[in-house]
Amino acid sequence: MTQLPRLPGDSGGCRDTPILKQRGQREVFCGLTGIIWLHRKMQDAFFLVVGSRTCAHLLQSAAGVMIFAEPRFGTAILEETDLAGLADAQDELDREVDRLLARRTDIKQLFLVGSCPSEVIKLDLQRAAERLTERYAPSVRVLNYSGSGIETTFTQGEDACLASMVPVLPATEARELMLVGALPDVVEEQAVSLLVQMGIGPVRVLPAPRRDTELAVGQNTVFALTQPFLGDTHAALERRGARHIPAPFPFGEEGTTAWLRAIADEFGVPDAVFESVTAAPRARARRAVAQAAEALRGKSVFFFPDSQLEIPLARFLTRECGMDAIEVGAPFIHKGIVGPDLDMMSRGPVFSEGQDVDLQLDRCRAARPDLTVCGLGLANPLEAEGLATKWAIELVFTPVHFYEQAGDLAGLFSRPIRRRDALRLEAAE
Amino acid sequence: MKLTVWTYEGPPHVGAMRVATGMRGMHYVLHAPQGDTYADLLFTMIERRDHRPPVTYTTFQARDLGSDTADLFKTACQDAFDRFRPEAIIVGASCTAELIQDDPGGMAETMNLPVPVIPLELPSYQRKENYGADETFFQIVRALARPVARSARVTCNLIGPTALGFRHRDDIEELTGLLSDLGVSVNVVAPMTATPGDIARLGAAHFNVLMYPETGEAACRWMERELDLPYTRTVPIGVGATRDFIFEVCELTGMAPRIDESRLRLPWYSRSVDSTYLTGKRGFVFGDGTHVRAAARIARDEMGFEVVGMGCYNREMARDIRALAKDYGLTALITDDYLEVEAAIEALQPEMILGTQMERHIGKRLGIPCAVISAPVHVQDFPARYSPQMGFEGANVIFDTWVHPLVMGLEEHLLHMFRDDFEFNDAAGPSHHGGHAVRAEAPVAEVEGGPAPHRPEADSPRDTSGERKVGAEVIWLDAAERELKKIPFFVRGKARRNTETFAAERGVWEISVDTLYEAKAHYAR
Ligand code: SF4
Ligand code: SF4
Repeated sequence: MTQLPRLPGDSGGCRDTPILKQRGQREVFCGLTGIIWLHRKMQDAFFLVVGSRTCAHLLQSAAGVMIFAEPRFGTAILEETDLAGLADAQDELDREVDRLLARRTDIKQLFLVGSCPSEVIKLDLQRAAERLTERYAPSVRVLNYSGSGIETTFTQGEDACLASMVPVLPATEARELMLVGALPDVVEEQAVSLLVQMGIGPVRVLPAPRRDTELAVGQNTVFALTQPFLGDTHAALERRGARHIPAPFPFGEEGTTAWLRAIADEFGVPDAVFESVTAAPRARARRAVAQAAEALRGKSVFFFPDSQLEIPLARFLTRECGMDAIEVGAPFIHKGIVGPDLDMMSRGPVFSEGQDVDLQLDRCRAARPDLTVCGLGLANPLEAEGLATKWAIELVFTPVHFYEQAGDLAGLFSRPIRRRDALRLEAAE
Repeated sequence: MKLTVWTYEGPPHVGAMRVATGMRGMHYVLHAPQGDTYADLLFTMIERRDHRPPVTYTTFQARDLGSDTADLFKTACQDAFDRFRPEAIIVGASCTAELIQDDPGGMAETMNLPVPVIPLELPSYQRKENYGADETFFQIVRALARPVARSARVTCNLIGPTALGFRHRDDIEELTGLLSDLGVSVNVVAPMTATPGDIARLGAAHFNVLMYPETGEAACRWMERELDLPYTRTVPIGVGATRDFIFEVCELTGMAPRIDESRLRLPWYSRSVDSTYLTGKRGFVFGDGTHVRAAARIARDEMGFEVVGMGCYNREMARDIRALAKDYGLTALITDDYLEVEAAIEALQPEMILGTQMERHIGKRLGIPCAVISAPVHVQDFPARYSPQMGFEGANVIFDTWVHPLVMGLEEHLLHMFRDDFEFNDAAGPSHHGGHAVRAEAPVAEVEGGPAPHRPEADSPRDTSGERKVGAEVIWLDAAERELKKIPFFVRGKARRNTETFAAERGVWEISVDTLYEAKAHYAR
């Protein structure tokens, strides 16, 4: 019999731990960054950022570390003339879209992505999207969302993108399960296959790889989030009548089991079936985690805010890998979504929301954690100060969800620590 | 509005960051939204810096707009001063802050900080990274440099190197050595390594060495006018340019040129028999104006290539490069749109590209070897080993770097002889590059550094499927297609193209083995 793992009564759980909030410089990406993985996931979509050279350079720099293939994204760079008169900017946008769609006939969905400059000059991308949808219907659907740094932080870009798709999903009365969140294909297939083996279905996924799938939504839809940063999408789905299945996030053996269990309960899957489907992969995951976690046991970890995966990952690292969390920083803490993960964590760590990066660095230096999870801008400077780091962005780009990746996930954290042990570089005394 | 996928240059405030990050004791307070902090990773990841760039961002949000973004700026500025205690501060706005018109310069002035505060006005919607660096350094020099007594010994300043510059770190060392051989010592290197205090004593030098016009020319011009410091015009990249530079320095100092070429190997390497295969290789040169000028000269005069195309992405250098191209009998390509560059390369089918990271990726796509000669750069362009571009050691490094991606001379013949050998065949790629089993049709010419993900040819915004198929009306007969496959990969693309052009020009619509060899004879040099 599988139990949702919980901490006994009042001895623990971090849901009610007071949250440290500071306001200062935030060292995080803006929501545009999500385009880097979303454009790979949605194969008939193009992401057109309406922004500045900075936005184009951000995409290039964030992507440059990972890919340099011809992308399905681009930036319509605003120029002096666009800033002068707004009517022109709309015309200019139409012209760029016409050109783009004439060249790329494979595009079926076009996202106009707002940036800080487009928002500050109040360029109405919603109006543009409606106008262009009319012009290009039915072959291309044009949507808009904001990925700007004044509105969104890093993974919130994916949230905004998915949320923009929800209102235009077809309606359905069917009882269906929707998995929400962009995952690498191999991971997504594993999840769907586990659920299907339990007799749950049909299983739909948002975002779908292509526009013309059977993805639909209605009051009989129940949905589970695979990523913790999908607050707006969550709200948009509820507005369409769908119901959320709260659960811890599927990181590690325990998280995956709890996540699957919550869905299985919703669909009335008998315990015996649940056991038979999950027993083997659970055992594998446990073994794999145990191996990778050897280097992590008893070590301390400090999270800078980055992807919003911090709380579920801290839960995984403390419970399954035996680490001690010193501080868990997240850009935003949405208790309706990460509540179940907080419930499972023992009290102790500081939870912080938002950031004053200099003050947080002071705390980190004072605590001297064995491992610091942080963004790319901070990693090498901290390494140079003798602190082992794991760059957070890798967690968003690498397959880390569900059973078969649980060992890899632990491995991502243990590698920096093992490297420190492996290198013998100190000059002789 | 202009659609852009990849850009050669970042926005101008990134140029200002390159100046501030290269310096010591300088801090940059940048009015910008949070996402703009991505720029830190350029320095910490690509350049592997072990410190955060000395930049404080205000990271204002939508809810701050219209209410207290100005206060936010002042607080950030004060906090930065208290925490980092810089000797001087530069303040400015990124593209978004430029639109909300908070006037960071004016605000900082009212704060009465006890150190010089230098306001920057960098028009984000008109100019780019190099301009930003050049203008920032100029403003710093203008604000801090004072007339001071000349040093007793003959000294010079090295002007232009910045953080994130292509081989700037090693060029400084190489030039310092070269100048010391000439009896000239270095007064200040700036912006890289300089403190605001060093800027104040720039005038103690007898002249300036302008290493990189892209980032140092405005300051050199000002110093020539205001501090009576002449500056050198030759950028010493390549053998000839280095010799010219030495003469230029000696003219400025009145010393007799003493040229120690004992470490210089490029001339002999170019004359040695193995380099025969370099002769007449068709090269395409693209990058920033300064490096293109240098590379073209090396390619033609010092390695015996044929330069078949050249251009630059920085419009500031357009006039210069246009004139240079004329000397080579070419028309320069001046563009910052890498799709245009790709089209030009595709049309010319050079055997070698001397370019930037962008051209390296274009080269990968088209199966043409590429060596990087200019920014924009990537992590592998900051090698651990000493590898300058300037001076005589720079020339040696350039010889090695350019030859590396090419198939070595003797190997080229062996490939012809044993083209059906299962181990030693063209699909295996140049043997000194190790383990790539690349697809025979789209070989990857790998330059130093990690592999880029391969991708299907069609996955391109340029693949307008139609545009490119003009040649597709020419049909390859099976036997000819098989024969084509026997041609080593590094010339196959060219052979295919030449044959198709040859056939089309003669109104031949079916290519047979004969057509192939007729075309070969036609194009033989
Ligand atoms: S923070 Fe704003 S201006 Fe900067 S890259 Fe992101 S959207 Fe563009
Ligand atoms: S694959 Fe390598 S060279 Fe290409 S962009 Fe990525 S890191 Fe740079």
